[in-house]
Amino acid sequence: MNNQSTNSERIQAGLKKRYRAEKRFQYYGIAAIAIAIAFLLIMFAAIGIRGVGAFQQTHIALTVTLDEAHVQDNDWQGIVKASMRNTFPEVTSRRDKKLLYKVMSSGAGFDLQALVKETPSLVGQTKTVWLPSSDDIDMLMKGSIDRTVAEDDRRVSDKEIAWVDQLIDKDAIELQFNKRFFTGGDSREPELAGVLGSIMGSFYSLLVCFLLSFPLGIMAAMYLEEFAPKNKWTDMVEVNINNLAAVPSIVYGLLGMALFLNLFILPRSAPLVGGMVLALMTLPTIIIAARAAMRAVPPSIREAALGIGASPVQTVLHHVLPLALPGMLTGTILGMARALGETAPLLMIGMVAFIVDIPTGIMDSATALPVQIFLWADSPERAFSERTSAAIIVLLVFLITMNLGATLLRKMFERRW
Amino acid sequence: MTTAQPKSLSVGQPSRTLQKTGERVFKWFLIASSMVAVLTTAGIVASLLFESIYFFNEVPLTDFLFGLQWSPQTAMRVDQVGSSGAFGAVPLFTGTLLISAIAMVVAVPIGLFAAIYLAEYAHGSVRNWVKPLLEILAGIPTVVFGFFAALVLAPWLRGAGEAVGFDVSSESALAAGLVMGIMIIPLISSLSDDAINAVPQAMRDGSFGVGATKSETIRNVVLPAALPGIMGGILLAASRAIGETMIVVMAAGLTANLTANPFEAVTTVTVQIVTLLTGDQEFDSAKTLAAFALGLVLFLITLALNVVALNIVKKYREQYE
Repeated sequence: MNNQSTNSERIQAGLKKRYRAEKRFQYYGIAAIAIAIAFLLIMFAAIGIRGVGAFQQTHIALTVTLDEAHVQDNDWQGIVKASMRNTFPEVTSRRDKKLLYKVMSSGAGFDLQALVKETPSLVGQTKTVWLPSSDDIDMLMKGSIDRTVAEDDRRVSDKEIAWVDQLIDKDAIELQFNKRFFTGGDSREPELAGVLGSIMGSFYSLLVCFLLSFPLGIMAAMYLEEFAPKNKWTDMVEVNINNLAAVPSIVYGLLGMALFLNLFILPRSAPLVGGMVLALMTLPTIIIAARAAMRAVPPSIREAALGIGASPVQTVLHHVLPLALPGMLTGTILGMARALGETAPLLMIGMVAFIVDIPTGIMDSATALPVQIFLWADSPERAFSERTSAAIIVLLVFLITMNLGATLLRKMFERRW
Repeated sequence: MTTAQPKSLSVGQPSRTLQKTGERVFKWFLIASSMVAVLTTAGIVASLLFESIYFFNEVPLTDFLFGLQWSPQTAMRVDQVGSSGAFGAVPLFTGTLLISAIAMVVAVPIGLFAAIYLAEYAHGSVRNWVKPLLEILAGIPTVVFGFFAALVLAPWLRGAGEAVGFDVSSESALAAGLVMGIMIIPLISSLSDDAINAVPQAMRDGSFGVGATKSETIRNVVLPAALPGIMGGILLAASRAIGETMIVVMAAGLTANLTANPFEAVTTVTVQIVTLLTGDQEFDSAKTLAAFALGLVLFLITLALNVVALNIVKKYREQYE
């Protein structure tokens, strides 16, 4: 009796400990999920805060005289410089003038050129236009350069700050929407750099990738799921596809370099080669998704078609394929989204060059959006760090759109048999 | 009457044979497409092997696998100092292992506990919210993780290290490993989740029946039963970590350091492949060929991990089906 009560006491005491262990175990789980999600939020917040500034760019209102001499010489930057001299007549020494010119972007002249091209009648007239400032002034306006730091330790001199303050007093300097970021190609000057070139490069690469991997993937899936005999060879193909899906992407880059560039002598840096490498990479994903979609079509559909005299090929083409197509498309979009974010294999085949022009076809030299992010992330300028984050935001927006599209597609065509 | 029947047959005949040939051609197309996947593997193996053989003609295999010195600068001039070109890949292997190990230390507990919580404790609504959030982590391009590791996390770590009087390199293995760990959490959690869900409810009920608490059941019954599946997931994650490129290219160093200190900069196999092959150089130099030899090693290691992992996962799935 006595012995039993001590036993139950022991169990009671142990129970408390066991319940505490139970609680602790649950908290570990919650903590693990919290850490993962917190990291996700911190990362998005850090990139968002850094990047949002790049969607605006400092512009300065300049009164420019589009005189014929400069226009004929194509010296557009000269017009900008003359106008700066007029705005700040007190600046006389050569060194100060040079500094003054650096307030404006070295590409400000291009804006004038575009303006005159649009309305040639402007030649000879005087007009006030908003032109982009240099990246340092832009950073100053956005507060990224601390005015209280000693002059030698910051990228903007006291003189430049005084000029900017003068402009602020005259309301002649302000942050405007950074259109160039969405319409320009790459540039050494952060204020002139845009993502359109790399977006087009990504677009052409993905186009090639889609045109190759979608039909090939679906046909391969069709064969493996519907026609292939069950034997060792088919098993091997299947194992092979599963393994290919897990091969590091950089290995595909090496394959592309050895095969497409050195053996087939296709052009370096071209979206054609990039698309081909990405197609080989996404093919296993698409095959696996397409097979799953075809497997989800119930056998009764096939039996009904075969029963009324359709051939096996007709059964698959007329009945199974249309029913499986939404699922296949969903898988393909997800595969394309992965291909869009892929960087490493594109580095191998030379889509990492500095390219200013916006590519117009699959044979032009191009970069891709993630590669552009990689390139800008390497640039020392403060303004490029901002633009890198902004380019990441653009990339994520594309990815979210594609994933949402895939989810919607799945929801719309989801069928329960 | 007797003449009409064969006639109608003979009208039908050509179109049917045509259809049959068409279908045969179509099937051959299908077979050919399924061959592309096999050809890709063959292409990978062939291209890596050929270039590697050229490389091993110049640099002995043992030097490559066991050499402790990695400095792939081959001499421009004969008498140039310190540029004989050393291709001992051991520092790259240890660097890769160090970063991958850090990543696994982060990812395995977090991924496993997240999976356990989601599978065993979480309400349906929580599960429906948290699972997609974790999957977002899997969908973020690695270049974004790399940017975060290099430009956000690394300076933080450096600052934190300075605050406590610790010297953290700005390209420390720690920053790259931590971020890589976060990246592979969803891989481990989703595969572990599958494995845990595949354990039959009867096993849990048996454990509850003899008085075990939920966590005791999970630790003593569910996890051991799900272990093969979880191991498969961990191996796949390790293979992903070893083959990951962009995070380490952006956040890890370039110099080959033979160290196990996570605060120092190390380089990895993938980083060296990228640095050896980006930029202009002639194709047949030992430098570029070395990249293919590294690629071959990378391919073989990840392939071995994948084959083992996929086999475990597959076998395990069959066990409870």
